[in-house]
Amino acid sequence: MTLQSRTSRNAFWPGFRLAVYGMMFGIVFSSSAVLSQEATAEVDNASTMLAPMLAPAAPGNVTVEDAPNDAGHAVIVTFSQSQAPADGQALVLGYEIYRSLARSGPWKKVGAVPSDVDVTASLIYKDAGGSDKSSDDYLPTETDLFYRVRAVTADSTLYSDSEVSAPAQAVGQWWNSGRNPVFFFVLFFTLLTLYFLRVAKQRGDSLYIRPLAGIDAVDEAIGRATEMGKPILYVLGLGTASDIATIASFTILGRVARKVAEYQTDVIVPCYDPIVFTIAQETVRTGYMDAGRPDAYRDDQVYFVTQAQFAYVAAVNGTILRDRPATNIYLGKFYAESLILAETGAIAGSIQIAGTDEIAQLPFFVVACDYTLIGEELYAASAYLGREPLLLGALKAQDYAKAVIVVLAILGVIMSGLGYEGFAKAFEAVG
Amino acid sequence: MNPVMELGDYLWMTFAAFLTLATFSFLYKDNPLYKIAEHLVVGVSAGYFVIILYYGSLKTQLVEKLYDGQMVYLIPLILGVLMWTRFSKKLAWVSRYPIAIYIGIATGLAIPLEMQTKVTEQLQAMMVELHWGNLFDGGLLNYTNSFASLIIIIGSLAALIYFYFSKEHKGWFGGVATVGIWTLMLGFGASFGFTVMARISLLINRVQFLDQWRITSVGSAHQEGSGSYTAVYILILVGIFGLLAFDLIRTKGKTDTDLT
Repeated sequence: MTLQSRTSRNAFWPGFRLAVYGMMFGIVFSSSAVLSQEATAEVDNASTMLAPMLAPAAPGNVTVEDAPNDAGHAVIVTFSQSQAPADGQALVLGYEIYRSLARSGPWKKVGAVPSDVDVTASLIYKDAGGSDKSSDDYLPTETDLFYRVRAVTADSTLYSDSEVSAPAQAVGQWWNSGRNPVFFFVLFFTLLTLYFLRVAKQRGDSLYIRPLAGIDAVDEAIGRATEMGKPILYVLGLGTASDIATIASFTILGRVARKVAEYQTDVIVPCYDPIVFTIAQETVRTGYMDAGRPDAYRDDQVYFVTQAQFAYVAAVNGTILRDRPATNIYLGKFYAESLILAETGAIAGSIQIAGTDEIAQLPFFVVACDYTLIGEELYAASAYLGREPLLLGALKAQDYAKAVIVVLAILGVIMSGLGYEGFAKAFEAVG
Repeated sequence: MNPVMELGDYLWMTFAAFLTLATFSFLYKDNPLYKIAEHLVVGVSAGYFVIILYYGSLKTQLVEKLYDGQMVYLIPLILGVLMWTRFSKKLAWVSRYPIAIYIGIATGLAIPLEMQTKVTEQLQAMMVELHWGNLFDGGLLNYTNSFASLIIIIGSLAALIYFYFSKEHKGWFGGVATVGIWTLMLGFGASFGFTVMARISLLINRVQFLDQWRITSVGSAHQEGSGSYTAVYILILVGIFGLLAFDLIRTKGKTDTDLT
């Protein structure tokens, strides 16, 4: 057994050694072959590097046209690429775009475009300048502009310029046709609103709106504050007066102020934005006047705090804990402060009603407040509270517009699914 | 490694740490320390924003334009000045005009923008979301692609129906609206978790700052040159916690009404 195995080992080793030697030889040989190939390639490269290079072919057909649907400070430059490099010509890496106010220059580089692998493809560059005359990127409107395209290579001394383009002007348009879908939607919605305003005027406040729990709670909350002899805190959020949520909140504030004046309780409105503060003061004052109690209104009920987000939150938190309002109403645009405010209000034991169209903040209000108006419910709330024909009509119009949108969406999904992309394309707004 | 911090820098760091702890003390309850931090931050920020407003808006958007001879900017200047009539009881009504113009322009600008971003663009995106051909992959439902798109479309439409106010949520309509509110709540849940993660990272940042302050004050075996201000560190901590303890004893058994 031992002998047999020794014999077989002796027979194995010479073969194994031979295989190893063969492998080593193969590796060495192949390495030297690669090295020799690399060396040849290096020599080739060196000879190529040393060969005198020629400038590339010039780009051509430079055409310039006004960029559509803008205020008139942009043009579109189209050009054909340089032809594929012939023997000795340097490879084009990209194209530089130059602009001048005169055919003879001086030229200013305004941008660059990388070359395309397919040299037959035309390239497009949009030269969008600024409207500020003092700015470096100012692009004059209704003035002749000349363009030239330069094909550039890795060697900065090897380039080719195109012919100078024909003059073109950047002209502003009064009508942005790229936003036609938006226009038609606004027009449709306006007509719908006008129709429902008429209907609402004829039918008074009999138009049906489903109950909104958060808004039903407002009157109850004001009553609670009156019974407890404590104020109501109304926070308009961090939005500016141009935010739709803030505008909707003003309407509700007016209603709350009127109720508060009727019930002879108090409302506190700390403001973040100076313009919002001014409008809020005016709204509350008008509410008191509508209730027939202008004498009860005090300017210090509505006050400006600061425009620093968390400083504002610190101040409102302090107010919540010191004045212990019976009800906190947070309606408007809110950001990271939403949970901090709502949590403090919950600690203070106030009834809390919140509403915002900021999707990221709604979860916090849902968690920490008694009632939450989600997104559009905030807009609907003003109509629901006021029952005025103007607001009711607008709300009805919104509802019918939504119904149309649902139908269009279903149609669009089916059409696109069947391959008719044109239907969806009709709703695409550009610019 | 870390050179000894200059006394001036260290005092600013200590002040920041003190304000951080004073703000955190709100977790215990409203107290004098929190009031100090609150009033300080409100006052400083109000003053700071006056300067920011001047250099960021008034100077660049109005004063410099007028100096350049762009007289059209006299219109916003006049409107702005009219706002000051609020200080006069007799002329306060004049300030309603700039407010009305501001609201009118803001609304006019907002409506087309909202219509584009929240209606037409989303409608168009929804239409091209689903590719029926990809709904099944090798005879199986394609969960990651087209089926997910189908869920998004159904959820979006159901949520839209939830916001239909002219009809009571009953019957089939109520069922669809319920799907809508469930979709919204699922979205809110995900958003809540995501934001809480972000808030936790902010808390970690503050805790790391306090830890750095501790290392700078009392030293660390891993950081050379730290630990030169142990006395100040102990003094601040004893002061803060002593004050809170005193406040706790003072207010024990008293209601909020007693204290206000």
